[in-house]
Amino acid sequence: MAARGDIRALFTGRRRFLVDAARVTGAAMVAGLGLAIYARQAYPLPADALRPPGALSEDEFLGACIRCGLCVRDCPYDTLDLARLGEGPATGTPYFTARRVPCEMCDDIPCIKACPTGALDHKLTDIGKAKMGIAVLVDQENCLNFLGLRCDVCYRVCPVIDKAITLETQHNPRSGKHAIFLPTVHAEACTGCGKCEKSCVLEEAAIKVLPLRLARGKLGEHYRIGWEEKERAGESLAAPDTEHQYNLPEGYRYESGGRGLVAPERKSP
Amino acid sequence: MIANRVIIGAEAIATKGWFRANRFLLARRTSQLGILALFLLGPLAGLWIVKGNLNSSLTLGVLPLTDPYVLLQGLVAQHWPELTAIVGAGIVLGFYFLVGGRVYCSWVCPINLVTDAAAWLRRRLGIVSVSRMPRATRQALLAVTLLVSAVTGTVAWEFINPVSMFHRGLIFGPGLAWAVVLAVFLFDAFVSPRGWCSHLCPVGAFYGVVGRASLMRVRAQRRAQCNDCGDCYQICPEPQVIRAPLKGEAGAGPVIRDSACTNCGRCIDVCSKDVFVLGTCFSKNESPTAGSAAGPEPHPAAVTQDAPGGCRPPARHSLTLAK
Repeated sequence: MAARGDIRALFTGRRRFLVDAARVTGAAMVAGLGLAIYARQAYPLPADALRPPGALSEDEFLGACIRCGLCVRDCPYDTLDLARLGEGPATGTPYFTARRVPCEMCDDIPCIKACPTGALDHKLTDIGKAKMGIAVLVDQENCLNFLGLRCDVCYRVCPVIDKAITLETQHNPRSGKHAIFLPTVHAEACTGCGKCEKSCVLEEAAIKVLPLRLARGKLGEHYRIGWEEKERAGESLAAPDTEHQYNLPEGYRYESGGRGLVAPERKSP
Repeated sequence: MIANRVIIGAEAIATKGWFRANRFLLARRTSQLGILALFLLGPLAGLWIVKGNLNSSLTLGVLPLTDPYVLLQGLVAQHWPELTAIVGAGIVLGFYFLVGGRVYCSWVCPINLVTDAAAWLRRRLGIVSVSRMPRATRQALLAVTLLVSAVTGTVAWEFINPVSMFHRGLIFGPGLAWAVVLAVFLFDAFVSPRGWCSHLCPVGAFYGVVGRASLMRVRAQRRAQCNDCGDCYQICPEPQVIRAPLKGEAGAGPVIRDSACTNCGRCIDVCSKDVFVLGTCFSKNESPTAGSAAGPEPHPAAVTQDAPGGCRPPARHSLTLAK
C-alpha cells in the first residue's frame, strides 16, 4: 500500500507542478525549435519572386513585414499579391512575378506609403532609385537580337530606356554584312521593374529580372581597377608609367587609343 | 451514450426562451461574421471600408489598427516600425484593455468559429475526454515565439499562425491555409478538447496578458441562485475560471477575474437561474434581489464584500497549472 501512496504522490502537490512545468517547457521548446528551423528555411526567396519597391533586404524584411496586405491593396495595377501557404515566398508576404504583372513604377509609390511598419522603406521617394532586382539577359542563344534580328522590345519598353538598357552594336559574323544590336543592362540604372521580362516576345523570356544576390557579381574587396585609380590620382600608381615599346617595321607607328597602326605615308609614284 | 445526452442549456431555453438562452452566442456570431464581412466587402464587392487583414488594417482611410502581438514580434526581431503601426497597436491595446483581452478570441478571431464547431461536434458525438495538456502551454508558447523571433530576426509565429492564415486566406486567397484550419478543427474535435484556443494558441495567451486588469468582466452576480446544474462548466471553454467566483471559494468575490475568461457570455446564455451578468470589475456587492424576487435566500458567501485587488486577476495561492 505504501507503494501506491508513493505513486499518488507523483501526481499531487509540488511534484505534480514540477512535472507539469517540465512538460510545458519541453513541449514549448520542441515547438520553438521546429518554428526556428521553419523560419530559417524561408530565407532564400525564390528567384522569380520579387519584393515591392523599397523592400528591406530579405532577412530584415522577414522581421519587419507583418503580412497585412495593405501594399497589395494600394497597388493600382494589381501587381502585388500576398504569398499563399505552399507558394515560394514566406506565407503572407507581398511579392510579384515580373512575367505575370510587372511593376509600373508609380511616381507616388502608393505601396510604400501604405506599409505601416516600414518593411517597405519610407525613405525611398524616387521610384527610379528602387532596386527590386536586376534584369539579366540570361539566354543569349535565343534572344532575337542576338540572332541578328531587330526585336528590341525589352529596350523599347524599359522605363529607363538608354540608361538601364542600351543597344550595343557589334559585327554579325554570320551574315558578314550586318550588325547585331545587343540589349545590354546597366545595373546602376535598372530598378528591376520587370517590364522587359514581361514583354520579351519569346515563349520563355530570354531577359529575366533576378534578385540582387543572383544577378550581381562582386569584385574582391582588395581589388583596384587600375585605370580608375590612375584617373583619380592623376598619374599611374604603378610607377614608372613607361610608354609601351613597339617593335614595328621602319616607318610604322602605333597610336594607342587612337588610330592604331599607322603606316608611313607613301609617296605616289 | 447519446440517448443519455442532456443538451447543455436545455433548462435555460425552457425557462428563458430560445432567444434569451442564445443571445450572447448570436451576438458573438454577428460580431465575428460582421467583421469578416467588412474585410470581404472590398475584395468581393469593391466596397473598401476596411483594407488589410487582422494583422494590420486601415478603416475608411483614417483608422489604423495593428495586432500588437505581431508588432511585438517585429520589435524583438529588432525592427522599429513606422508610426502608423505603433498608433494602430496602441488603439488595439487600449480597446482590449477596456473590454477584456480575450474578447479578441471570442468576438473577433475567425478560428473561434472553427474551434466552436469542433466543440459542438464533440458534444454531438458524445466524445468525452480531458485534455492532457496543461493550459499554461500557451503562455510557454507565447514566450517561445518571442524568443524565436529574437533569435531568427523574423516575425516568427506568422510563419505558421493558423489565426492570421485563416483570415488572410479568406480575404487574399487560401493556398494551403485550409489544411492548417482543418488540422486545428480535427485536433480540437478528436485529439484534445478545446486544444487550440484554450491550451496552445499564443495569440490568445497574449491577449490574456493584455486583459489582465481589464474593466469589462462576467460576474456571478446572483450566485446564491446557482442550482449546481453544471451547464456553465460544460459550455465554458475555460471552465477553470468559474469555480472560485461562483462558489465564493477563499472569499472570492463574484467577478470572474481570471484573464483566461474570454467574455464570450455563453455562461450567461445557458444559465437558467440568471446567475451571470456582463459588467465591470468594479462591482463591490452582488445584488441578489435583482433576479427573481421569489429567489432563494442569499448564500452566506453572497453578502460578503468583494475581495480586494481591483481588476487584477486573483493571486494564485498554490502553484497549479490548470488543465
